Amino acid sequence: MNKDEAKERREVDLDRLDRLRGAVPPRPHDARAIAALAANPGCARRSVLDAAGIDKDATATHLGFPAPFGRSPFAITRGNAFEALVKESGCAELLRLLRELLGLPVAEAAYTDLGDIGGDPSAHLRHAHTRTLLDRAARDGAGAGTLYDHPLLRLEIAGQSAYLEPDVVAFLHGGRFHIVEIKSFAVIDGQAEPDKAAAAARQAAVYVLALKTMLEELGHDPGRVAHDVVLVCPENFANRPAAALVDVRRQLAVLRRQLARMTRVGTLVDALPPGLTFDLAPGDDGVPGRPAAELREAVRAVEARYAPDCLSTCDLCFFCRDEAAGQESTDLLGRQVRDALGGVATVGEALGLADGSREPGEGQEEIARLLRLADRMYAELS
Amino acid sequence: MSTLAALARLRALRSGSAQRLATVRHCHLSDRPMVLIPLRLAGEAAAPLAAMVGTDPDHPRLLVVPQPRDRDLRFAFAAELAEVMLPYIESLQKATETVERRGAEPYERCLDAPQLIVPNPGAAAFVRLLGRSTRFRRAEGPFAVHPSVPLLGRWLTFFGQRAGYPGSSLLLSATETLSAHWATGQSALEDANLASLAGWIDPPPGSTGAAAAKEAEDPLIWPPAGPATDPGFDAEVLAPAIRAYEETRSDQAAERVRAAVRSQLEPTWRLMWRAIGLLAALPAGQGCAGRWEADRASFTSFAAQIAEGAPPQPKRDGAVGAAARLARMERARASYDAQRAYDDPLVMAGYRLTGEAFTGTVVSAEPDRTEGEGRGRKLRPLVTVRTTDPVRLAAGTRLGTPERRGQQAELVAIEGEHVTLKIVKGMGRGTTATPGAVPEAGERVCYAALLDEFQPPAALPAPEETPWTHGGPPPEHEPSEDEPEEEWS
Ligand code: SF4
Repeated sequence: MNKDEAKERREVDLDRLDRLRGAVPPRPHDARAIAALAANPGCARRSVLDAAGIDKDATATHLGFPAPFGRSPFAITRGNAFEALVKESGCAELLRLLRELLGLPVAEAAYTDLGDIGGDPSAHLRHAHTRTLLDRAARDGAGAGTLYDHPLLRLEIAGQSAYLEPDVVAFLHGGRFHIVEIKSFAVIDGQAEPDKAAAAARQAAVYVLALKTMLEELGHDPGRVAHDVVLVCPENFANRPAAALVDVRRQLAVLRRQLARMTRVGTLVDALPPGLTFDLAPGDDGVPGRPAAELREAVRAVEARYAPDCLSTCDLCFFCRDEAAGQESTDLLGRQVRDALGGVATVGEALGLADGSREPGEGQEEIARLLRLADRMYAELS
Repeated sequence: MSTLAALARLRALRSGSAQRLATVRHCHLSDRPMVLIPLRLAGEAAAPLAAMVGTDPDHPRLLVVPQPRDRDLRFAFAAELAEVMLPYIESLQKATETVERRGAEPYERCLDAPQLIVPNPGAAAFVRLLGRSTRFRRAEGPFAVHPSVPLLGRWLTFFGQRAGYPGSSLLLSATETLSAHWATGQSALEDANLASLAGWIDPPPGSTGAAAAKEAEDPLIWPPAGPATDPGFDAEVLAPAIRAYEETRSDQAAERVRAAVRSQLEPTWRLMWRAIGLLAALPAGQGCAGRWEADRASFTSFAAQIAEGAPPQPKRDGAVGAAARLARMERARASYDAQRAYDDPLVMAGYRLTGEAFTGTVVSAEPDRTEGEGRGRKLRPLVTVRTTDPVRLAAGTRLGTPERRGQQAELVAIEGEHVTLKIVKGMGRGTTATPGAVPEAGERVCYAALLDEFQPPAALPAPEETPWTHGGPPPEHEPSEDEPEEEWS
């Protein structure tokens, strides 16, 4: 495929994606959402909905299965307060931490607020400003030792621009850029809650990728963005921040793979029935005008791959779980169970193999033998 | 996960109610456990919001921090918790028994020990954090706290550490314990919700486990069992109540916060005692008493350390301490696994499925068979067992058997359905087998590649001889000046 064809093809895809979304603007992706893209990469439903920029939360609500996610106002307040503390007086506290962690020389430390361009700038303008200043820094090393606050980066997600706001970009002596992430979960005696630390690393990887992409577009070496992000968290039980380097190479690789898949979402989309749409255009009363049953049929037209992990990562989880329950899918019980069942897809099939009422298919002989044995033991012992 | 456990989940899903994973209870259950349900303020590492605690199902004690960000109120909470927990802990130190030991001084061991039961692993982690944030405080000096606070901290730390020890029952988490005994028709992730797990095991009359579990997902009916609270509750009920208290500091406003958190804790309180009732209805496995004895010994020795004025537990183990603890945990894990399988045919079935164990009928035995000559002549009875289990064991593997706990056998050969074993330990001295020690033809037997035997602790240098490659000897814990006043904000 030559370049023009590729471009044309992409535009066709975009057009199609727009139709899938209907008459509502695409939902912008933030870093958290992008990081979550990698959570269930095998799910076509999610890939299509995300690629089209569909509001999954609103979709789930309209389907009658609102997402179970909420954030406590206490957590939000605490997060904001901690970030404010770290950034107080021109990031004074952050500079102190970076001096210790990265050897930032005192004399060179400086602070530039990239958000400070007057008026009420559009994302596009703010991004252009970030781009210009970071380009200059990368070109002539000007501003070594500078912390860039409120940068705005951009990443293409399946043809859409997602604007991303890392907490701070630190530009070091020697021409290296570091992403700085400020999180309010505590690190106690050197340990944080593993799932929170993992989520922070995934999110930081999104920023690293966006910054690398930008440098590359500007003709710089993307290798100048450090794989080690600086994670700033409160230490122990105090509010005092502490910084640590976190290597996000693995998260970066996962993310790249998933983004590449999403650009290939075209093949998934091509296979969908023509005229399919997940339109949520509001009626006069502000709620989506479309009958929920119709939307349900549309969502069902794209295959899902439910796993219990969806319950913490995807807005559609209750809908997909209900669907999986209707199909008696063994996915409901989790990966471990499914693996122990040798991948047998439905509860009925597995129980049939276990009680012998069902003949094993090809390649199922071994698991059928085990299940029959287990069934016999279970009947004997429980 | 074993095929058996997977099958149990399928059956649960199909039938709508939980299925047994165990025929006996594999943890000790105290006659008077203390239930503790801690709640923390969202977004904070260890800011207690409230706790419901007590040993009497009908009289829980509710402790509340009306402004969780207030340091003084936090320490008041810790002191109040100490007021409930310490007398319980201390009351169990009084009655002791003398334990005779071969080759060592006899020692005193408490006849019983405290047992703390929390809803889930998150609550157990919170107990550890609460211990960490209080044990270094001091009763005098500029940041003085009530003397009971650091003492409570050390006990909480003790419970928290012991909880990581396989087979210990000093601190149990309800969801983990229930899921070790029952399989539900949902995923392990969903089993972490106590209300939903209990719903599967013990649905209300007229309902099914599946329906009860679904209902349990509505935070308005079943508030989360903590330590995190429901974000909707935080936004709509708790935040305004705390704000009102912040503005007036009145008793009335404090009462409003109290009532709010009580509404979140009471359903879980009842659920906890239901969970205890479910576990109590199972007969105790044979190994429970022995493991509880180890818990009692550990409790006794920690109480003695406190009485002798030992410093609070360090923040981190030194290299030798950590290695020794790991080795201890591994041994405890192996022996706990073996004991559960020996105590419970349903657990053993999991090993039979993977071929690490088998049951069958003895077809022939040579009880008086010997090997060697003269003084080296040893009794080595041979037994042949017919089994239909898919045995996957190599010749020479050491096997144990639930029927004769002290005995060990070695696998000699497998031919079709016939497994031949040689008994090498625990069949009697001399060259004649003790009557009954060798199974006779026709007897049902079970052998497993699981050994529950005492292994001498791994040889590790004393802490003060830690090699420099492992950080050198750990510093004696010297309570540093800033520890007692470490912020807790
Ligand atoms: S919840 Fe549904 S759409 Fe979302 S990832 Fe899971 S299966 Fe896919």
